[in-house]
Amino acid sequence: MATIADSLHTGREMQHADPRAVLTGTHFMNGDAAACEGALAAGARFGAGYPITPSTEIVERFAARAPQVGGLFIQMEDELAASITLQGMVWAGQKAFTSTSGPGFSLMMEHIGYAAMTETPCVFFNVQRGGPSTGLPTLPAQGDMMQARFGSHGDYSLIALVPNSPQECFWLAVKAFNLAEQFRVPVMVMMDECVGHMTEKVVIPKAEEIEIFPRRSPSKKPGEFLAYGEIGEDLVPEMASAGEGYKIYVTGMTHDKRGYPLGNADAQRTLITRLFEKISRAEDELTLIDEDHMDDADVAVVSYGITSRVAERAIQLARAKGLKVGRMRLKGVWPFPEKRFREVAQRIKAFVAPELNMGQVVLEVERCAGGHCRTIAMPHPGGTVHRPLDILAAIEKGARA
Amino acid sequence: MSTLTEIAAHNPVEDYLRMDRIPSIWCPGCGIGTTVNSFVHALIRTGTDMKKLIMVSGIGCSGRVGGYIGTDHFHTTHGRAIPFATGLSLANPELNVVVYSGDGDLVSIGGNHLIHAARRNVNLLVICVNNMIYAMTGGQAAATTPPSSMSSTTPYGAFEPDINIPQLVDAAGATYVARWTAFHVKQLETSMAEALKKKGFRFIEVVTPCPTLFQRRNNMGDGLAAMKDYKDRSKIRNGAATHEVAMLPGQEIIVGKFVDRERQDYLTLMRARLGANFQEWIDAPPQVEHEEGEGCGEC
Repeated sequence: MATIADSLHTGREMQHADPRAVLTGTHFMNGDAAACEGALAAGARFGAGYPITPSTEIVERFAARAPQVGGLFIQMEDELAASITLQGMVWAGQKAFTSTSGPGFSLMMEHIGYAAMTETPCVFFNVQRGGPSTGLPTLPAQGDMMQARFGSHGDYSLIALVPNSPQECFWLAVKAFNLAEQFRVPVMVMMDECVGHMTEKVVIPKAEEIEIFPRRSPSKKPGEFLAYGEIGEDLVPEMASAGEGYKIYVTGMTHDKRGYPLGNADAQRTLITRLFEKISRAEDELTLIDEDHMDDADVAVVSYGITSRVAERAIQLARAKGLKVGRMRLKGVWPFPEKRFREVAQRIKAFVAPELNMGQVVLEVERCAGGHCRTIAMPHPGGTVHRPLDILAAIEKGARA
Repeated sequence: MSTLTEIAAHNPVEDYLRMDRIPSIWCPGCGIGTTVNSFVHALIRTGTDMKKLIMVSGIGCSGRVGGYIGTDHFHTTHGRAIPFATGLSLANPELNVVVYSGDGDLVSIGGNHLIHAARRNVNLLVICVNNMIYAMTGGQAAATTPPSSMSSTTPYGAFEPDINIPQLVDAAGATYVARWTAFHVKQLETSMAEALKKKGFRFIEVVTPCPTLFQRRNNMGDGLAAMKDYKDRSKIRNGAATHEVAMLPGQEIIVGKFVDRERQDYLTLMRARLGANFQEWIDAPPQVEHEEGEGCGEC
């Protein structure tokens, strides 16, 4: 398992996790619990949520753990409230998160846009279930992948990570908080019901082995500091917190470097372009793919979350048959690792992309393939997982291409 | 003692404003600026630490108030100022968090959050500027629009019953509830000063005119006519039962301080519940038992 330090290189001194909140040891826990422990290890002391299956265990555990480490969990009246209460906590100088599933995620959309516009570093856990609407509350799906990227109105960019095991729920939770602070964006951790509820071994290391990206606190004094003006080469501004004397002005309206509302096309171009570029410039760093046997692959199986574990069986079966199959397991879906996919498309016959939705991330795969190779979608409405033999059949089809 | 010349040269209110944001966006005759004047005088009177004062607002004309006050300001989404402010207040109890927004924002779209913040008794002062209309969007009916009023979305006159806000927040548990009009500048200042000094969830409703979109459409004259109307129709009844203060068209506007009581705030209740273990836990976190939660799976 790679450590979170792998991709963090902004010149800022990394800190270590606070040992009082790190449950060092070997555990047998589910993905939801591991995500909660990851949040605590990353420094989250505050959370706001609203109960929804299959994500509730994250905040149930946090409600028990937070008071032990000087934090608190508040159960809000709905997801609209939870998704903005956590942003109040962040601007008070804390790290905070919420967790939810489909219906709640839909209600949170406006505030994901608010976090993107105000550059509020925060983390949303979405343990996906079957949809649309109330759908399948207790059964898995991966139908919110496009919603995670495009669900709020307007144009913005963000980061979404996809764990496929409780152990990875822990590490990607830590990484989510670090990336949120590094890029000042909302980060989505897109779990699914299977990954959230499966119980496996989770090893939590010592606090000194967990690196933490600290808040980008102001380098200037009050009076000299501009709320959105202290921008380095990475295009991410420094961030003051409420009550420090900086007189910050934070608005969801298009704003200038002072944070003041400015309603014209120039201001829009300047701001929105930067919000996109701060992510797109870091594409290499944000390309998070677990690859295997890709050197000589004819077929690449692209998958994520629980589907990647089913796909792994199909890959084994295909290799046993002598097929040249590689694995491209996405640990980060947004921003989509476009460059890597374009490279791979030049030299393989086909991408096979099973996912628990009617075809979402496969659209990105096909776009990046650009006609250089086949893209075989494997849509599935959710409620259970793919059959490995079906994925195997798709691999065989791809290999014949 | 200041001379007249000195007073003319420097208005002490200016020290508390973001003067680079002035003039404001508000129309001539609007009552919002009047409430800001009372608020700043309340800040001066109470010696409020401007570094710790945080202004939070939602969307609408009144949602712009925080942006003119010279302190940290969060202009949030429509209706959600209170939950944002809840997060600020709970995550840093040293902050003095004031939500300043309109009736449409706080009571219509944000009504659920208003109820629950009052119930939880989070340390927040909420100032609700009630102009009885959605003004920023051009004068549509709100939950506070009096029956029979003309608005752009009630072209034949409103018929939905409007809400009695003091009764709502009183029932939900607010520690301080007052209502004044834009005519009652000194009383409003006093209420704001009292509320700034209190803990828990405090609520002040200020009835203000919207000459552009409410008074004009309802043949109520300009801002000055509204002041005369408020003067004539208002009756000060401190301690009035809040179920008796509903505003009816053409009838008395009951103003005053209706509720002033003590209730333990959210964090005090939480700390009392956690008890002595609280500090002990922070110093030496106990190990958590690994239990899986049980859910009915329906929700």
